[in-house]
Amino acid sequence: MDTQVIIDSLPAMFGGLWLTIELTAYALLIGFCLAVAVAMMRVSRNVFVRAPVIAFIFFFRGTPLLVQIFLIYYGSGQFREELTQIGLWHLFREPYFCALLTLVLNTGAYTAEIFRGAIQAVPHGEVEAARACGMSGWLLYRRIILPKALRLALPAYSNEVIQLFQSTSLVSIITLLDLTGVARTIVARTFDVYEIYITAGLMYLAVTYGVLWIFRIVEHRLSGHLREREDPATAVRDALRARS
Amino acid sequence: MFDLKGYGWMLWEGLATTLEVGVCALLLAIVMGLLGAWGKLARNPAARLAANTYTTVIRGIPELLLLLIVFYGTPTLLQALAARLGHDIRVDFNAFTAGVLTLGFIYGAFATEVFRGAFLAVPKGQVEAAYACGMSRGLAFRRIMLPQIWRFALPGLGNVWMVLIKATALVSVIQLDDLMRKSFIAMGVTKLPFDFFFVAAMMYLGITAVSMVGQQQIERWANRGVRRA
Repeated sequence: MDTQVIIDSLPAMFGGLWLTIELTAYALLIGFCLAVAVAMMRVSRNVFVRAPVIAFIFFFRGTPLLVQIFLIYYGSGQFREELTQIGLWHLFREPYFCALLTLVLNTGAYTAEIFRGAIQAVPHGEVEAARACGMSGWLLYRRIILPKALRLALPAYSNEVIQLFQSTSLVSIITLLDLTGVARTIVARTFDVYEIYITAGLMYLAVTYGVLWIFRIVEHRLSGHLREREDPATAVRDALRARS
Repeated sequence: MFDLKGYGWMLWEGLATTLEVGVCALLLAIVMGLLGAWGKLARNPAARLAANTYTTVIRGIPELLLLLIVFYGTPTLLQALAARLGHDIRVDFNAFTAGVLTLGFIYGAFATEVFRGAFLAVPKGQVEAAYACGMSRGLAFRRIMLPQIWRFALPGLGNVWMVLIKATALVSVIQLDDLMRKSFIAMGVTKLPFDFFFVAAMMYLGITAVSMVGQQQIERWANRGVRRA
């Protein structure tokens, strides 16, 4: 075990961790907006709205993320001329853009499926009541369905966040220097395989459980109205005990 | 549809390797899952701690990194240990073995949760009744628990399989000739990246679709004696 090499490579690895977190955050932010739109289209009664969205979700949930990354990063090369003509080639040339695009589409599809379940789990009576009050369309979604659905989706969504955070390690395959990418370059230079990889693993582990902890707090705060009220006698006893 | 310039057979070969890795890893994952679930529900605190550490660590680290640790780290670790004992050995890890071991190990952690849920879903009274009839723990497990556990575990195991078969794409990183790597090689020769990766994606999609139908069939067969509400 060579501790010096770990200490020496820590700054570079924190840089890599930052890129990993940055990619995750952007993908989550854009993917979330995409997912809300896609989920709303998925529950539409119009089959022409629903069908393409079902195909999108099926494709991105049914194929490996690595294929999707390669399809966008290498695959776009086959359409280089067309892309140059419409002025998008300089974007698709960048591994960062391709990686982010793939992650957004991927998490968008998974999250949309989570939101679809949540939207369909909103009690019918609440929607009916809102309609009886004269709400419809966007107003109904914004005031009644989405706030309720997002709260219902939170536990499943936290899994998706963790999943996405870990899948970002695949971007190292298309030369991006995220945490895994940095670890791989250091190992290629120093051959200290397990010291470096295990340090990287511990960093992923720490962030993963940090995120899970934050989600647990948020869930706790959002579900206050569902918890049983604390017994007043116990509360008084605990307060007294805390003072003495 | 696509002109694959005569490289289509390579993709089929790759698909076969992908399925081989997937099935072997699933079998290993089932064994690991049963062991893990047994550990989590054991009275022995050491077994519980080991099982909990296993699932915690595996679920917190990306699959790619674990694959790299197993494939590159294990030989180095073994060589370093041997050197300390005064032996000079050369350990080479077969990519297939490394891939199956890592994936089986990772998805064993997910299977652990599936089996744990299934264990707990068996009504406690049935096991007590079995003991009361004079069955030993092993016999009660084999006759009463196991037939029900695997039925309860089927939907969860189906999900594990779907995620696992997609994760096999990662073994291409350690130079195993699976569907991804074959597509990559074919792309290098033909300069048609989109066509090959699209066909590969369709093959994965095909596996997913077939698995979904297969899962429904197996579940229907497994639940044939269950009364529905």
